[in-house]
Amino acid sequence: MSTATDAVKHFTPRARAALDNPAVRGNFRKAMDGLMSKRQDAFADWDLEELRELGAAVRLRALSRLPELLEQLERNLQANGIQVHWAQTGEQACEIVRDICVARNARTVIKGKSMVSEEMELNAFLARSGIEALESDLGEYIIQLADEAPSHIIMPAIHKNTTEISELMHEKTGTERSSDVDYLTASARAQLREKFMQADVGVSGVNFAVAETGTLCLVENEGNGRLTTTVPGCHIAVTGIEKVVEHLADIAPLLALLTRSATGQHITTYVNMISGPRKTDEKDGPEEVHLVLVDAGRSAIYQDRELLDTLRCIRCGACMNHCPVYTRIGGHAYGTTYPGPIGKILMPHMLGLDNTGSLATASTLCGACAEVCPVKIPIPQLLQRLRSEAMDGDPQRPATVAGHGSKRRWLEMLLWRGWTVFNSRPWAYRLGTALITRCRRLMPSRLGAWTRYRSAPRPAAQSLQQQLRQRQCKES
Amino acid sequence: MSDVIKQYPAKPARVYFYATCLVDLFYPEVGLAGIQLLEREGIEVIFPQHQSCCGQPAYTSGLNGQARTVAASQLELFPENWPVVVPSGSCAGMLRKHYPRLFAGTGLAEQAEQLAGRTWELTDFLLHVCRIRLQDHGEPVKVAVHTSCSGRREMGIADTGPALLAQLDNVELVQQARPAECCGFGGTFAVRHPEISAAMVEDKARALDDCGADQFVSTDCGCLMNIDGFADKQKLATRGQHVVSFLWQRSKGGTA
Ligand code: SF4
Repeated sequence: MSTATDAVKHFTPRARAALDNPAVRGNFRKAMDGLMSKRQDAFADWDLEELRELGAAVRLRALSRLPELLEQLERNLQANGIQVHWAQTGEQACEIVRDICVARNARTVIKGKSMVSEEMELNAFLARSGIEALESDLGEYIIQLADEAPSHIIMPAIHKNTTEISELMHEKTGTERSSDVDYLTASARAQLREKFMQADVGVSGVNFAVAETGTLCLVENEGNGRLTTTVPGCHIAVTGIEKVVEHLADIAPLLALLTRSATGQHITTYVNMISGPRKTDEKDGPEEVHLVLVDAGRSAIYQDRELLDTLRCIRCGACMNHCPVYTRIGGHAYGTTYPGPIGKILMPHMLGLDNTGSLATASTLCGACAEVCPVKIPIPQLLQRLRSEAMDGDPQRPATVAGHGSKRRWLEMLLWRGWTVFNSRPWAYRLGTALITRCRRLMPSRLGAWTRYRSAPRPAAQSLQQQLRQRQCKES
Repeated sequence: MSDVIKQYPAKPARVYFYATCLVDLFYPEVGLAGIQLLEREGIEVIFPQHQSCCGQPAYTSGLNGQARTVAASQLELFPENWPVVVPSGSCAGMLRKHYPRLFAGTGLAEQAEQLAGRTWELTDFLLHVCRIRLQDHGEPVKVAVHTSCSGRREMGIADTGPALLAQLDNVELVQQARPAECCGFGGTFAVRHPEISAAMVEDKARALDDCGADQFVSTDCGCLMNIDGFADKQKLATRGQHVVSFLWQRSKGGTA
């Protein structure tokens, strides 16, 4: 995981570079504005609050029975002929995928979009084993050509505009330069079609895994997901253990929330319900279907009643679309597989607080994310908790997250200790405010980072409490 | 954060006034205006001595221990069961939404819950509990409203400022672009991530500057200090005022 942790350590310089790049800022601002208004329109005819309430309840109910549901899921998948594999780490999950490929003598893998496979760094792992993995989701295809990571969990190439994409495709595939999106799409599609026919194995993600029926649900818009899961002789789905839901009926509200929150669609073009390999009397479909269930830090989150809410996430991306920080700096600045608010509350569990730099503090806690989250994850509260963990800041609740305490600095603690005395001892506050108001003209006009962009605030000549004391004196 | 439906009490005879540290030190006129508005509504205002800060800066920095020490010293200041009125969405949000979480499982849990239940943001209290009627004595002016994020999302007061301004005959409400977007203050965020904060406050200040308003008003001094500080340094024309000072200034001299 060294690449991932190195990247996230450079959050601040990356953020700065993005802020200084008007093209990046412009691309994201425009894209996020569009996504926000689409989402709003898509929910216009719904009682959104009630639906979110339902979505949250469905996810909570599933999580409250997670261990049993996973066992039930495994049983029912197996009954359907789907082979189930468990991976403690991303690396283990990669090995499982590789072993299945090797057993089938597979050389080429076609992939549908899967953030868990990004998390596992599956493509690089397979390449080291001599297996070529090709992304078939258009966005993923583009960033694979560019050798970049996704900048958004739903729209991985959102940071690129058409000109950049055209240039890239020209350079890498010889596609003629064009500003016509349809032309570029058609040409990518033609190239991909051939790869689908040749691929030995298809790898996809999963949106929801239904315990009751042993069904894997996968939504997408390009049909590449359906091809990935049906054309090659073997389909391997990879997903996090939290994606399980109890009933088939639970899918309905979650899908309604997911597609509207993500792209403002009432429904995606394709909704795939995968319930097993090709049966003897069937003419198509893969001969083998596998599900790899990946833990990678999730069961540790599961142990904590508050942090557990993190696992409700259905990966819609609405929190990043509405995040004023993400909108300014874009997805790459985070340096993590999952960027934006969900990345900030999830990645520390995967990489450790010591390796996720200043992610948790890079938020005003404005709450725009929690306001739109379809499953009502209290993201600001979880950020506050992670900040506390990183500081070992709560003597009444010992920190538990990996890398806790790594942000505690004695100098800063000294300042906070002074602040605490100032604000909790009336004599100190009175003395302090008297000093500050008296010496207000001596206040420096430069206050570090604050005054780099703003004028310094000036204390009042008399504090409110001083004025009120005088008022009382006069009155009495 | 919390979706509890607000249940406004009947107009009380007495309230506690919790000024907040920013008002005390930087914007005392806001505190005076708030007290005078309440008194004009016939409410006796009790200003507890020894109030300082609600503890939010430490809390949002993850220092629950320090925040608890400061918050505990504030908890004691409101022994009677009177409403606590706060001229800040953010500090009211701290008392109402975060004290219960901060003190959960401690000996002060019940006290914190109790205080949370009677904490009100001032403009919300004026509008919905006092049912204030304002008479405008000012010149015609165009005003934009910037509601703080905690005011908007924790205290549910996004409509309160505009509703109060609508009572003022000579005030025309103007809306800036992206009114619900954060101004980039976020307490220590502005210092920990100055570049990101600057990008946010720049957009906010420009939106307010471009919307055609003569000035803007805000429910929170943190936002004011941030946006005004930026506008001043970058020589933008827009300037803010706390909504409470604005209301008092315009309506001074009588109520309908
Ligand atoms: S945290 Fe909520 S809003 Fe963000 S991706 Fe997950 S479900 Fe969507």
